[in-house]
Amino acid sequence: MILLTNLIKRYGKFTAVNDISLEIPRGTLYGLLGPNGAGKTTTMRMIAGILRPTSGTVSVAGFDVVAEPMEAKRRLGFIPDRPFVYDKLTGAEFLRFVAGLYGQSGPEIERRLDELLELFELSPWKHELTESYSHGMRQKLIISSALVHRPEVIVVDEPMVGLDPKSARLLKNIFRHFVDRGGTVLMSTHTLEIAEAMCDRIGIVFGGRIAAAGTMSEIRTQTASGNASLEEVFLKLTGGVADRELSAALGD
Amino acid sequence: MTTPVTTPTRRPAGAAQILFPKYRSILARLRTERSGAGGRALLLLVVGAGFWLGAFAVSYRVLNYLGTTPEIGALLAGRILSMLLLAFGSILLLSNLVTALSTFFLAKDLDMLVSAPVDWGRLYLAKLFETMIHSSWMVALMLVPILTAFGVVYHGGWLFPFAALVALFPFFLLPTVIGSAITLVLVNVFPARRTRDLLTLIAIGAVGGVVLLLRFLRPERLSRPEGFRNLVDFVAELKAPTHPLMPTEWAASAIMNWLSRIGDPLPLALLWSTAGALIVFGAAIHSRLYPAGFSKAQEGADKYVAGLGWQKVAARLLRWLPVTRREFILKDLRIFFRDTTQWSQLILLAVLLIVYVFNIRALPLYTGEKVPYLLVSLVVFLNQGLAGFVLAAIAARFIFPSVSLEGRQLWLLKSSPLDLRAMLWSKYWVGTAPLLIVALTITVVTNEILRASPFTMFLSVVTIACFTMAAGALALGLGVLFPHFDTENAAQIPTSFGGIVFMMSAILLLAGIIAIEAGPVSAHLRAYQLGERTSAFTSELWWAMAQVFGLAAAATLIPIRLSLRRLNALEV
Repeated sequence: MILLTNLIKRYGKFTAVNDISLEIPRGTLYGLLGPNGAGKTTTMRMIAGILRPTSGTVSVAGFDVVAEPMEAKRRLGFIPDRPFVYDKLTGAEFLRFVAGLYGQSGPEIERRLDELLELFELSPWKHELTESYSHGMRQKLIISSALVHRPEVIVVDEPMVGLDPKSARLLKNIFRHFVDRGGTVLMSTHTLEIAEAMCDRIGIVFGGRIAAAGTMSEIRTQTASGNASLEEVFLKLTGGVADRELSAALGD
Repeated sequence: MTTPVTTPTRRPAGAAQILFPKYRSILARLRTERSGAGGRALLLLVVGAGFWLGAFAVSYRVLNYLGTTPEIGALLAGRILSMLLLAFGSILLLSNLVTALSTFFLAKDLDMLVSAPVDWGRLYLAKLFETMIHSSWMVALMLVPILTAFGVVYHGGWLFPFAALVALFPFFLLPTVIGSAITLVLVNVFPARRTRDLLTLIAIGAVGGVVLLLRFLRPERLSRPEGFRNLVDFVAELKAPTHPLMPTEWAASAIMNWLSRIGDPLPLALLWSTAGALIVFGAAIHSRLYPAGFSKAQEGADKYVAGLGWQKVAARLLRWLPVTRREFILKDLRIFFRDTTQWSQLILLAVLLIVYVFNIRALPLYTGEKVPYLLVSLVVFLNQGLAGFVLAAIAARFIFPSVSLEGRQLWLLKSSPLDLRAMLWSKYWVGTAPLLIVALTITVVTNEILRASPFTMFLSVVTIACFTMAAGALALGLGVLFPHFDTENAAQIPTSFGGIVFMMSAILLLAGIIAIEAGPVSAHLRAYQLGERTSAFTSELWWAMAQVFGLAAAATLIPIRLSLRRLNALEV
């Protein structure tokens, strides 16, 4: 459903994504992990068609994102890490606008947006301008907008940031149901517990490359980590900071 | 054994340190632009040089002409300078009011600065300097060719630029201090961040200012041509708006004193001492009112929306469009009418149009005598240029910022199956269709006032339609090539660097169109004067019209195509 082949993204002399190849089949919830600046967001933005790859290909639901962008984007729902929405639109107007971008309108869409606003407990604010929404409310609105056109693939960058525990639980359930019905989710997160509990497969990105990928047990085998937790495997692959250095930085 | 930790020296942040990130950002931006856009730099150089040369040439001619008047030539030049500085001073005051709202109350760096142990006085000076730079750079650039002409005509010498700078620095500082102080008071008066009220007030203030300025200029005198036998008389009469106690008068006197070799330090002393005193006064108000004002400015944003009725009507009217385009246009209309920084500019537009039509009415063409056909035709022809300028200014206000205003939401547009070509054309028609209506209305109305002949009416209607279509595309295209995605105020986009490039390009296009048409029009008028009553629609005219069509089509399609390419390549 998502296929990355020898994907490279360079900014001048800096290589943000360095030859990533990845296949995420239908019905999979895939977690992309990595330290800050590893290349996760760049990879996701290339899948969403926001950034153009320097070389390599990205395919969504069988369509090349560069060669057939309209077909690929029609099947995709993208949730960015920062919830920028139009401040001067109401929540309902924003969802209606996004549905319009996907060529959808009419009573079916009205029902759909009511359903989504209800699901994310935004109904009381549906006729208020989004500039009065909190960060978490905006995040929920953007998640709703990614679902409004019933995508086949969801790419989501840091979905839990800003969400209260109840909404975070709801989102986890939505993603699980979506995947169980044959959808595909690619999710980046820094919360390793969530990745370990939710994801069917995990990829750890470091320095623009995939350092390890597979199910938890496959990753443990690849890294010869025995029964180590995901956190220990992650730190082993990406390098951690010694307690002594921490103390010095904090001035103890 | 642990490494000893050294405590850093604690020193309060100075104004320079507060401005350091801004300075570095400008340098970084310049570096990026230099590395990536040779074509843009070249375009800017050509258009900028053309504009400067034009401004210099006009100023030089006028000053030279005045110089031929014995004894009072320098006096009249000083009066012109004083008038010019008064006009610029008014623009600066308005610009500072709006800019101060952003820099002192809405800027993104304020949360960090206000929560840091930054001394209020230093914060005031830093923000004052930032406000002055943002609101004055354009006026400063416009003054360069004009003052150069003064320096050349009156032999100011190589030290003249420094002398002008000494006079102009406090001249720029004064409206900044006054504008910032007024904004500070207004933010405190209006509860809970009613930026809308504030901006509306500013817009109405501008309207009042323009009307007052018009009154001061006494335009009715223009209707009596016998009152102004020549330019010298006209300039000599223009004295009402100046006053010996106005800083614009001091700045003009200081500059003219240098040029006339008069060793009177009083104007400079007045300028600098007033600026100094006002800064102290501004700082005192700032220390008392800023904390409360800043806090108020952070309170609640707008929650509810009004005027849902017109939206239903608009949605019904646009029902025939494909859903994506319809929703896009509706979204643009909703945002426009809900964003005060955008819709309040309609007030300025209304003023601009009123002043324009008023000026045409005030022309001394029909004062009882039989007016020659030649003169009326010439005025109607030149009126195209004036109308074109007004239309370019409107396009700069409303069409130029339209893509920049997508700003941080570009992720949504780029990740959705939206056809960017369709988006650009939607924005083009949303901006250009009303502009075309305005263009045709003002052209027909002013031509009617001028009692234009069918020939000149036809010519000006076709010309203005072609120019408007092209100006809309130029505004949209240059708005994409010079985007401002992170702006805090929509009203600032047209006065940005790219906005100026657009205005200059539009003026060049207008000059090109008028130059093409000048040949057949003058041939027709010459023939008329010689008593030949032949048809005005000669093959020469049709050829000129074809050239105008070609130029307008190129100026429409090329910017749209370039901006589409740029949008497709844009990475957000």
